[in-house]
Formats: sequence, C-alpha cells, structure tokens
Amino acid sequence: MTRYVMIADLNRCVGCQTCTAACKHTNATPPGVQWRKVLDLEWGAFPDVERLFVPVGCQHCSDPPCMHVCPSQATAQRDDGIVTIDYDLCIGCSYCTVACPYQARYKVDKPEFAYGDTPMPSEEIRFDERTMGVAQKCTFCSDRVDSGLEKGLTPGIDPDATPGCVNSCIADALSFGDIEDEQSNVSELLAENTWFQMHAELGTEPGFFYLWDKELPEELQGEK
Amino acid sequence: MKNSWGNALQTQWDWRAAGNFMFGGTGCGLILMAAAASYPESPHLALALPALAFIGLGLLLVWLEIGRPWRALHVFFHPQTSWMTREGLVGTLLFPVALAGLIWDIPALVALAGFLGLTFLYCQGRILLASTGIPAWREPAILPLIISTGLCEGSGLLLLTMHVVGIANDNGWVLFLFLAFLAFRTFAWSKYRENLNASKTPAKTLSILNGIHAQILWGSNIAPLVLLLAAMFLSAQTTLLSSIAAVLTVAGGWYMKFVIVARASQVQGYSLGKLQKGRPKMKPPVRRKPDKFVL
Repeated sequence: MTRYVMIADLNRCVGCQTCTAACKHTNATPPGVQWRKVLDLEWGAFPDVERLFVPVGCQHCSDPPCMHVCPSQATAQRDDGIVTIDYDLCIGCSYCTVACPYQARYKVDKPEFAYGDTPMPSEEIRFDERTMGVAQKCTFCSDRVDSGLEKGLTPGIDPDATPGCVNSCIADALSFGDIEDEQSNVSELLAENTWFQMHAELGTEPGFFYLWDKELPEELQGEK
Repeated sequence: MKNSWGNALQTQWDWRAAGNFMFGGTGCGLILMAAAASYPESPHLALALPALAFIGLGLLLVWLEIGRPWRALHVFFHPQTSWMTREGLVGTLLFPVALAGLIWDIPALVALAGFLGLTFLYCQGRILLASTGIPAWREPAILPLIISTGLCEGSGLLLLTMHVVGIANDNGWVLFLFLAFLAFRTFAWSKYRENLNASKTPAKTLSILNGIHAQILWGSNIAPLVLLLAAMFLSAQTTLLSSIAAVLTVAGGWYMKFVIVARASQVQGYSLGKLQKGRPKMKPPVRRKPDKFVL
C-alpha cells in the first residue's frame, strides 16, 4: 500500500517562500490563499536568538477531522492518504475549516485577482468557478502525482510526478514520497534524522514530517 | 496557549452560525418544555409555534452562511460521522412531526418533537465538540453547557410566554425544573471555564471568556436562581420574578453562545512537536467507511 507524505527539513529551509510562490503558480490560487505557506519564527533574547522557518499547509492526516465532520462527503481520502475535496459536492459550510487544527483550509466567495477585478490573461484562463464558495486546500498536487504515475514516473523523484512546492525548493528542504516503501527518499530521511509532527497529540497522524536536530524550546512545543 | 503561535480568531463561522446555536437551542428547549408541560394534551399554539420559529430562524441563519446555499440538501449526505448532517436530519424531522401533532392534536407526536428537540440540542453540542481546530469548542465540557443552556432558555421562555399570553401554569414543577436547569447550567459554565483554564487554550480565548464570566455567572445564572427561589416563596410576585428570571436566562444564554461561537473561537495555532527518531509506522488512512456509523 502506498502512503504519500511530505517532509520539510527545517535545518535546510531558508524561508525564501519559493514553495509558496510555486504553489500559487501551479494551482492558480487567488490572493490571500496560500495552500503552502512558510511561518517565520523567532525565539530567545538578543544576542542569543534563533530563527526557524516552518512550511505549513494541509497535513493530509491519516485520520483527518475535516473528513469526519464534512456533512456532504465532499472531503474524502484516497488510498494513498491524500485528502481531497470534491468542489461539486461541497456546500461551503466551513465546518472542515474549523475542524482542521492546521489552518489549512480556505473559502473564497467571489473571484479575486492579483490586480483588482480584472484578471490577468493567465488568471482568466485558469480561473475555476467551481472553487467559489467552497472549501479549498493543498492537494499534494494529486493531479501531477496521478499523471506522473500514468507515465510510469515516481512521485517525489521525478519532477513531473512531484508537487510543485517540492520541485521548486531551492534548498532541497522539501521532500515527497511513499513512506510505506522502506527504500523511498522519505523513509530514508525519517530513518536517518530526528523529526516531529505538528499537533500529533490530537491523534490526527499528519502525513507531514519536520526534520529538526536541536532541542526545541519549551515555549514552542505543543505537546509534552 | 503558551505552546503555540498564530492563535488568530477564526472568521468562517460568524454571527449567522452563532444564531443557529442561539435560536436553535432556545427553540429546541422550548418545544421540549412545552410538550412536557402540557402533556397529556397538546401545547398551546402560542408556546409551540414560537419554538418552531426559533429553530427555523437558526437554520435560516446558518443557510445564509454557507457558500453554496442552493446545494444545501448535500448537508444530508454524511450521517455516518458528521454531526452537522445529523442535526439537519433531526431538524428536518422535527418540523413535520411537531406540526402534525399540533394540527391533528396528537400529544404523542408533540412529545416526540420535544424529544427530537433534545436530540437537536445534543447534535449542536457535538458539532462544536468535533471542531478540533478550535480549543474553546473541542473542550468536552461544551456539550453539557450547550444542552443545559438550551434547556434553561426553553424553560424560561415557556414561563415568560405563559405569563404574557395568559396561559395558566398548572404545573408547579416547571418552576422547579427551570431552577434545576439553571443550577445545571451554572455548574456546566463553571466546569467549562475551569477545564479551559487548565488546558492549552489560547490566551485570547481565555481573556474573552474571563471577561464575560461575571456577567454570565451572576447576571444570567445566580441572579435568576435567586429570583426563582424568591418567586417560590413570594407567591404574589411569582409572575413578575419568574419573568425577570426568564429574560435574564435567555439573554444570558444567547450572549454566552454568541461569544463562544463568534468571539472566543481562536484557532489552535501552530506549534512544534516532540523530537522523535526512526522511520515511523503510520496507521493506514482511515478513509470513509460508508457502512460504518460512528457516534
């Protein structure tokens, strides 16, 4: 069985936000919507300060609260663990949004473009009316994964089968792959490094791992 | 929450969603109490119809909030695990059952509608409880709080409407039950706050809830309790005192629910986790199991 996960190596991430830009470019999300965003975190007191960049987004949980609460069955989960939204089923009640502990979901009620009401040619072509008034979030670029698989490519290895954010990362901080494959890139990374998951105490079992090798400050740890 | 950051206020569920909990809760409490107080006869229309109107108003408000209102029927698609679906189903059943009971004067049907009202209240509590991203809602003590306040509001409004319309209250126990529900709500509110203060709740949430604590505890719980006790002993003033108690109870319940849903609903925020080593063995995706009904 395949289970796709993403890894963000916080030791490598430089906070350049290229993944955010690549995601917006790949998925044509409107202004204010960031399926992949990078948190900029500082702690300590001068001169002993640390800075950390933390990419966040939908964690494609094994046990996603958003799917359980969804009244329309619009939110679903594939066999490979990717959590999906059927835009034609969703009623836009936002119950999934308040159920998600990762602030990963958005709802846009009317068309918004980078430069006001008039879309740029690229925005006009890629505007999808189905996404208006319904929930939207990171898809792990499932369309790229699926089309890549059809061509015999390996997600996480071959760029044409890999999420846009991972492809774009200038520091090679983001990785994507099948955690069920012991030889995969993600399995090896997790086996060789220390890592954490966000809000693991909630039992969602996120499909997103963070590599980090230092003692984490107490005030930033969500779980004891 | 000391151990996270980014605890912004969720803005997806605003006053319209809060209105469903406010008015829907009151209507459910009222239909239950009206059915109970009049049994074995059907309740006076002046008691039952406002109850249905309140529930309808709540559902109308939440309908106005959804992004695709013309797909509203899709809300019924997921009874296996979604408490919103279950609330919708119960609400949909409640109206015809109550109306049939009133039109054809079948008290058993009105009583069934009252039971459905209680179920609707329970669903509302579970809707909030399942909202994992909002610490103030996922606190288990929210469930007795939502149920108790609905029962209080229903009891209070029942007494008030009876006074206003001039329906004789032959059941002295209604006053006692109102008193008991108020005591229940006072306990539930205290427990809710106590649990939130002891958990990793966003500081802003605590600040907002602590800010209304005195008004809720004294203004809408203790004061009505004292007024009701006084009403029991001062029979000449029973109507006036219980009416004031009812107004305070209903207004306080609405205010409390509005604040919890629309003002104290800061999100979980982000945090870092505990460092671990080794390749994890993940549990398989739970997926949706069409035939599995999970409470």
